[in-house]
Amino acid sequence: MIDDPILALPPYGHDQARKEAWLADGLRRLTLHHATACPAYGAWVRAMFPPPERTERMAELPWLPVGVFKSHLLMSVPDSTIVRTLTSSGTSGQAVSRIPLDAATASRQSRALSAIMQTLLGPRRLPMLIVDHDGAIAGGGPLSARGAGILGMMPFGRHHTFLLDQSMAVRRDALAAFLASHGGAPFLIFGMTAMVWTHLRSAGADLSNAILIHGGGWKTLAEQGVDNASFKAELRRRTGLTRVVNFYGMAEQVGSIFLEGEDGFLHPAAAADVIIRDPDSLRECPIGTPGLIQVVSLLPLSYPGHSILTEDWGVVTAMDAGAWKGKSFTVLGRVKQAELRGCSDVAGGGT
Amino acid sequence: MDKIRDLFRESFDLDSASAVDDLAYRGIPAWDSVGHMRLVAALETTFDIMLDTDDVLDLGSFAKAVTILRKYGVEVS
Repeated sequence: MIDDPILALPPYGHDQARKEAWLADGLRRLTLHHATACPAYGAWVRAMFPPPERTERMAELPWLPVGVFKSHLLMSVPDSTIVRTLTSSGTSGQAVSRIPLDAATASRQSRALSAIMQTLLGPRRLPMLIVDHDGAIAGGGPLSARGAGILGMMPFGRHHTFLLDQSMAVRRDALAAFLASHGGAPFLIFGMTAMVWTHLRSAGADLSNAILIHGGGWKTLAEQGVDNASFKAELRRRTGLTRVVNFYGMAEQVGSIFLEGEDGFLHPAAAADVIIRDPDSLRECPIGTPGLIQVVSLLPLSYPGHSILTEDWGVVTAMDAGAWKGKSFTVLGRVKQAELRGCSDVAGGGT
Repeated sequence: MDKIRDLFRESFDLDSASAVDDLAYRGIPAWDSVGHMRLVAALETTFDIMLDTDDVLDLGSFAKAVTILRKYGVEVS
């Protein structure tokens, strides 16, 4: 399972029917692996779903509600093999997800992310400006999703420079030195969407040679009335940035990020997909009908996170259209707790 | 080869007598993701080379580092 041939495929350009065949096969095998290796997960699968070995369609295979990773530490390998535990960035007072990674899973994540990123960046590493402070990747204790995102991206860069100091102020001298050395040729900027908006927009810098890759959600910006189009327009006007690529991803499935394509929509890579579900019936929604986003990924071996029903609202916009084929989708926001009634009923039934 | 050994020791804060030939990624606490990028930067600066992304990800042990450095024309005796 470690040298899964699917993980060696180019990330994009596979039509949905072929892709769903290998995803259904891979997800079925992962479900059986985790159901055996993680008894709590096995109990959930047996209580809530038909037997996976007799389930043909990807959409009918078992999933877990994302909230479970906050209430339970789910693990499918011995504790001693865990090399890192990721935590989600929950707001204060909220429980955080805990995601245990073994070396095999961490390696699959970095390989998958590398294949995805190289479609944008090519094989060469670019000088890299990180819209964060270096404390985000400090060692000791569990790693935040933000820190994991930065660490995951660092191999694609060199001459890493952190834009902010510990008090979240722009390091103007460091920025000026970075741009003096590297600003005249292509370079990479990486950061969380909200932090890019807050700190990069007003940095007073010429970023016209940069490619910006950003993710982490639009919640804060949506409250300010900023969407993807206005985000891009404002950055272009203020900094000259023209290559701006958004991604959707989460701590529960690091390595299988969904990248914004030329069409402005998000695209699953070869070892990942999304399924949109009606919040009440939990049935799969047709193209164009919004619902809850389920994310599937062939990467997780050390925890049962290969199929997760998120609390994000989204819609599949097209299928097998454009060069990247497969599904394209967009995220419409976080679901309000009240709208999750259908799901919590289901989650409650399994415990 | 001794130069490469020294760079490994410097990158991972090991004392000058430490054996490094059997080191592997995540084999010691200091060789984590952050230590890895520190090692890559040290190798690139010292030998004046630029590793591609795939080589950064493949550089999982001391032995592998030697193989990769040879590929970039670094003379390893």
